[in-house]
Order: sequence, then structure tokens, then C-alpha cells
Amino acid sequence: MDRIPILKMGPFLLVTIQVDMHDRLALSLQDDLAERIASTGARGVLIDISSLEIVDSFIGRVLANIAGVSRVLDAQTVVVGMQPAVAITLVELGLSLPGVRTALNVERGMELLRGVMEPDPDAVDDAGPEG
Amino acid sequence: MRVRKDESRPLRAEDDVVRARQAVRSWAVEMGFSLVDQTKLVTAASELARNTVVYGGGGTLRIELLEDGARKGLRLVFVDEGAGIPDVETALRDGYTTGTGLGLGLGGAKRLVNEFAIESRPGAGTRVTVVKWK
Repeated sequence: MDRIPILKMGPFLLVTIQVDMHDRLALSLQDDLAERIASTGARGVLIDISSLEIVDSFIGRVLANIAGVSRVLDAQTVVVGMQPAVAITLVELGLSLPGVRTALNVERGMELLRGVMEPDPDAVDDAGPEG
Repeated sequence: MRVRKDESRPLRAEDDVVRARQAVRSWAVEMGFSLVDQTKLVTAASELARNTVVYGGGGTLRIELLEDGARKGLRLVFVDEGAGIPDVETALRDGYTTGTGLGLGLGGAKRLVNEFAIESRPGAGTRVTVVKWK
């Protein structure tokens, strides 16, 4: 069966969804990611959906599940690269991806994940009070 | 109003949902729908095709290019011969689901198109018709 590749990059896992996923493929990504988080001890998961032409309620639910499962496994998930037309459609569909962190692109997503891994106990706290 | 062109596709398995999405996309592109409207229509098609396969036990999708005077539109008709929906009002409500989805399928699809009609009788299957005008 097809699988979406999961790459390990330091403390993070990287997934780029480049195919029009059928539902089973999305579900197997969900399972594979949970296993990889557990086996690698990854602290963050970055999912790039810039190639996805639609996100319907099923894919939306899978993304929310991935975020939920990784949180329980002590990892943060960031979904990046959503196309504007997909975002407009999602909101109209009634889906706001609760509990899913998003960033505009991979770079900002990585920044977000690195930020979540702070604070380094030795670092000087110059970030100010948390909002 | 007349149908200029049409195509029927089977909706039997999960892979057919993917193929249905791709077919609707290529019709929408051919008709010159904006990217946002293409995305809305394909997303609606994905929700409805999945319903046909998962809840309707399979069926068909008919895609029709409509012409109404100067106006053009795309009509999608999803037909199954499954168990039917006993209470359509409830099924259209957000958050209602009998299965694995978020319960946004029918109600969500309705919001993404210009016209939406559903006929269903318990035991006699379901027919959902949507139209997006250009």
C-alpha cells in the first residue's frame, strides 16, 4: 500500500503531502506519525500541505487527530503552506481546524516549532511575559 | 436550461472519490471557474462522493455542463441505492454524523454551492443534486 514518507530532521518530523490522498492513505499517515513520534521521541511534527488542492472535512479531521495524538505524545504539530483558496473553502465549510497550529510556510513553521521547544534553561529570558 | 455535455462516473470505492474530485476539477477548470470556486466545488464533490460510497454503499456521479441563457454552470448529481436518510433536516445540521466524519459533509457541501437539493427515502437511496453557477 502507498505511504506518505515521514522524514526525520533533528528533533522534528517532516511530512510533505504531495498526492491527492484517499481516505485510507490519510488514516495510515495518522498511524505512522504516531508510531514515529513514539519511536524517535520527536518533539515536533511539521506537515506541509502546500500541494493539497482541497482539504475536506475528512482530511481536516485527520489533521486535527494528528495534532491531538502528537500533543498527547509530547510533540507539537504545525500545518504549513495551506493555499488561500483552500483556507477560504475550509472556513466556509465550517472547519476552523481547532487545536491545529498553522504557519504560512515551512520556514515559519520551523520557527514556531523551535520556539515551542524553548525555553532553554540556560538562555536569558528576553521574550517577555507569555501572552 | 439545457445540458450541453455530461459524464457519468462510478462511485464504488474510496479511490473513486479521488477520481471524482479530479474529474470535477478538470470540468471546473475547463469552464473557467475561478480557483476559489473550483476549490469549493471540488471540496463539495469530495464530501458528497464520500457520502455516496460510505453511507450509500456506492452509486454514481453525473457531471453536467448547464447552459441557461448566457449563464453557465456545473451540476453534480450523486445517486445511491443505499439505506437512505430517514431525517434529512437533521442530517443537514452541522455536527451531525453517524460515521467517522465531522458531521460537516452535507451541510458544509450545501454552503459551498449555489443550489442544493436532496431527495432520500429510507430503503430507497439518496439523490443529492448541487449546482455551481459561473
